Amino acid sequence: MCLGIPGQVKEIYEMNGIRMGKVDFNGIVKEVCLAYLPDIAVGDYTIVHVGFAITRLDEQSALETLALFQSIGLLDEELRTDAAEEEAA
Amino acid sequence: MKYLDEYRDPELAQRLFAEIRRITTRPWAIMEVCGGQTHSIIRNGIDQLLPKEIELIHGPGCPVCVTPLEIIDKALAIASRPNVIFCSFGDMLRVPGSAKDLFRIKSEGGDVRVVYSPLDAVRLAQQHPDREVVFFGIGFETTAPANAMAVLQAHRLGLRNFSMLVSHVLVPPAISAIMESPTNRVQGFLAAGHVCSVMGTWQYQPLVERYRVPIVVTGFEPLDVLEGIRRVILQLESGRAELDNAYERAVRPEGNVAAQQVLSEVFEVTDRAWRGIGVIPQSGWRLRDAYRAYDAEARFAVGDIQTRESPICRSGEVLQGMLKPNQCPAFGKECTPRTPLGATMVSSEGACAAYYQYGRFIKAEEVGVAR
Repeated sequence: MCLGIPGQVKEIYEMNGIRMGKVDFNGIVKEVCLAYLPDIAVGDYTIVHVGFAITRLDEQSALETLALFQSIGLLDEELRTDAAEEEAA
Repeated sequence: MKYLDEYRDPELAQRLFAEIRRITTRPWAIMEVCGGQTHSIIRNGIDQLLPKEIELIHGPGCPVCVTPLEIIDKALAIASRPNVIFCSFGDMLRVPGSAKDLFRIKSEGGDVRVVYSPLDAVRLAQQHPDREVVFFGIGFETTAPANAMAVLQAHRLGLRNFSMLVSHVLVPPAISAIMESPTNRVQGFLAAGHVCSVMGTWQYQPLVERYRVPIVVTGFEPLDVLEGIRRVILQLESGRAELDNAYERAVRPEGNVAAQQVLSEVFEVTDRAWRGIGVIPQSGWRLRDAYRAYDAEARFAVGDIQTRESPICRSGEVLQGMLKPNQCPAFGKECTPRTPLGATMVSSEGACAAYYQYGRFIKAEEVGVAR
């Protein structure tokens, strides 16, 4: 139920007094209610749940999380390499 | 697909698994609250790839599963009425009531329709002014803003033929109920990411302090789930209990303020019965008096409802993390997704459905999953 799908905002307009828009989910474009994201702009990414955009996806945070995943284990590997080198010396 | 594929990378997943193995020295029991996370865990075999010290306890975060039987029976009674168009999310149609489900009502001639968004139900009410359109408004905090907007929109459009059967549930009181249960084994929580996208993270700080339990806001992709688990274990291993956010790309501390404003305009907190669990104080939302005109329970007098649960279904224990789905004697035998005895076998987020769909038929203890 709480499934949310990431998509990119392609178009913003008003319908029946509600802020609506078109959101592209990897090629599938659907109409989505944007009323809860008054600041979202065309080109931004959002998470959509039951036809409503509930949050803006933050590119900076996304990149930081991925960088964190990349770095996990590396420090440990380096420390182990250092220890091995010290032992060898 | 952007913001999805990056979080499914097998090589990074291996690194996270290795890191989790490295930091784990003792047994820990962690609950993923949300049924969406349960599915991600079972689908990707995460529980089987974790070190044997880590047990994942599946939480009650499946709204379809916890919607009380009495409300399901009311839905069935309302949907049977000749002048009603009954609209629901698809997941609800197979949920067993005391005697029938919504599919049965539909096959008997009831006008039951699956909608993608609650606004679709409002549109139906506009198109059919001579019919009563009722929307089954269930869900956690993630879904509630959509349902609240549908009520507001019906109100703005002056639609008198639209109403909602409301059975909303809230995560923080459920965490309290779990922590206060005398049988509780949970030592750390993965909090539901999208619930926090809406409500923010601030509601969880008091829980961390009151119960001295780590709570890490977690997303739904495999790497998100692994990172949530890693951060909970880091805290547990070092004796810390803090609120942490491992889903920062989608969750701000304050949440979605615009959505919260509409929620508090339309709904108020109420005690709510959770199917299989019982009443949890202050754990749900109902319509405020100002919007009572849209309350389907008030509009349709459905009379006395006599509920009857399946005597062999143990979904209550599954929902409270006391029983793994494949430890239930009925699992995969009397109870399958085609012939579900309990809602946990129906919903795409139910733990029993996840175990069935991904072939977890072997008794859990035989493969060393559950302890």
